[in-house]
Amino acid sequence: MTGRTYVSARINGEQRDFLVEPRQSLLETLRDELGMTGAKEGCNNGNCGACNVIVNGSLVNACCVLGVECNGAEIVTIEGVADGETLHPLQTSFLENAALQCGICTPGFIVAAKALLDKEPDADEARIRHWLAGNLCRCTGYDKIVRAVLDAADDMRRAPAKA
Amino acid sequence: MQALEYVAPASLDEAVAALAKHGATARVLAGGTDVIIQAREGRRQVGVMVDIKGIKEATSFSFGSDGSLTVGAAAPCARLYGDAEVQKRFPALVDSASLIGGIQIQSRASLGGNLCNSSPAADSIPTLIALGGVCNIIGPSGKRDVPVEDFCTAPGQNVLQAGELLVSITFPAPAANSGAAFERFIPRNEMDIAVVNAAASVALSADGSKFESARIAVGAVAPTPLYVKAAGDALAGKPVSEATIDAAAAAASDAAKPITDMRGSAAQRKHLAGVLTKHVINTAIARAKGA
Repeated sequence: MTGRTYVSARINGEQRDFLVEPRQSLLETLRDELGMTGAKEGCNNGNCGACNVIVNGSLVNACCVLGVECNGAEIVTIEGVADGETLHPLQTSFLENAALQCGICTPGFIVAAKALLDKEPDADEARIRHWLAGNLCRCTGYDKIVRAVLDAADDMRRAPAKA
Repeated sequence: MQALEYVAPASLDEAVAALAKHGATARVLAGGTDVIIQAREGRRQVGVMVDIKGIKEATSFSFGSDGSLTVGAAAPCARLYGDAEVQKRFPALVDSASLIGGIQIQSRASLGGNLCNSSPAADSIPTLIALGGVCNIIGPSGKRDVPVEDFCTAPGQNVLQAGELLVSITFPAPAANSGAAFERFIPRNEMDIAVVNAAASVALSADGSKFESARIAVGAVAPTPLYVKAAGDALAGKPVSEATIDAAAAAASDAAKPITDMRGSAAQRKHLAGVLTKHVINTAIARAKGA
C-alpha cells in the first residue's frame, strides 16, 4: 500500500479522519493534509523541536513520526493549546516576557513546555532548561524563554483551573 | 521522501513473514528517530517500513524470576528510565537512555533501535555490552542469540541477516555487590554526539575490597563500540585501588583505535577513553557499595 491510507485520530479533542501516504511524516500530514500549519518545519531531522506535538501523552518531533503510525492516536498540537480565544498561560507568558523574536521555534517551545508542566507543575529552572534542550532558538539566547516558562508555571500553580 | 509501503504486524510471526515477503528493502520501524530521517535523506533505501510497535514482545520490558531484565527492541527510552525498578536495578541503562537526544527523541527512540542503527558513537551500546546484554533475534530460520559485543560489524552495519529482526535484549541479573555506570564526553551540556563514551560494570567482594569481575566498553573510538576484555581482566581479582583502576583505564585507552574528525582528534579520544573508563569504574564502585 504505497497509495493513500486511511487514518483516524483525535487531534486537539476532535475526531479527524484523513488519508495519507505512508511516506508522509506526521508533520507533513498536519501541515499539508490537515491545514494545521502551527507546527513548523525547522530541521526536518529531529534536532530542532520546532515541530513538537504531543502524541498519546508523549512529546515527539512530528518530523520523526509517520502519519500512518497515528491511527487511533490522541494528538495535541499548538492549535489546541489555547482555550478558544483565551490564551494558555504559557502563551500569555511568552508574550509578556518577549520570549520570541522570529517566532519559528515558538510553537515547539510552547508545546514542549506544556508537556513538561502538565506532568511536573513544580519544575524548576534546571529542569526546564534540561527539558527544553531538544528545542533550538537562534534568536533569543533562551533566557527569556526559560523565564516565560517559569512565570507561566507560577501562574498555573496559582490558578490551576485556567491551565 | 521516497515512496514506501507501511505494514504493522501484530505478532512476531507476522513480522517475520512481512520481512520475508518484502526482502532487502524492508526496514524495521521502531521509534523511527534514525530510520525515518535516513529514508527521507536517501541515506538508506527503504521500500517497506515494518512497524513492530504493535508487537508486545518488542515494546514491553519485564523482569524474569531470576532478576534478569528483558527489554523489547522498540520500548521507548523514556518509558524505560521512568520505571522505578529499572532505576533501582539497572541505573547504567538509565544513564544511557536519558541522554540519547532530547525528551522528544527519548519518547520514541529505543535501545534496540540505537543498537540496530549501529553507530560507532551510539550512547546505549557500551552500556548494553558492559551489562552483558544478549540480543534475542528471530528470523526465517528461527531464533538465535548474539551477545551485544558481537552485534555491530561496521559503522551502520550489524549481524542481522535479511529477514531477521531484533526482538529484545536480555540482561542477566546484576551480581551481588555489583554496580554499573555510563558516561559520555561532549563539549556541551545536552544533545550532542559522543566524542567518546564508556560504560563499566563491576562486581565487588562482599567487603568491597576487591573486584570479583568487571566488564568495560568504550564507544566512538573504533568502527564499532568496543568490548575491552583486557580492561575488565585488569580489575578481576585485584584490590579496589587507584593503581588497579588506572591499569584498567590504560587498557581501555590502548584498545581505542580512534580517528580524527570534527568532534575530536585521535589523540584526544585515546586520552578520553582512559579518563572516562576511570570515571565509570568509580561510579560503578560507588553504586555497588550502595552510594
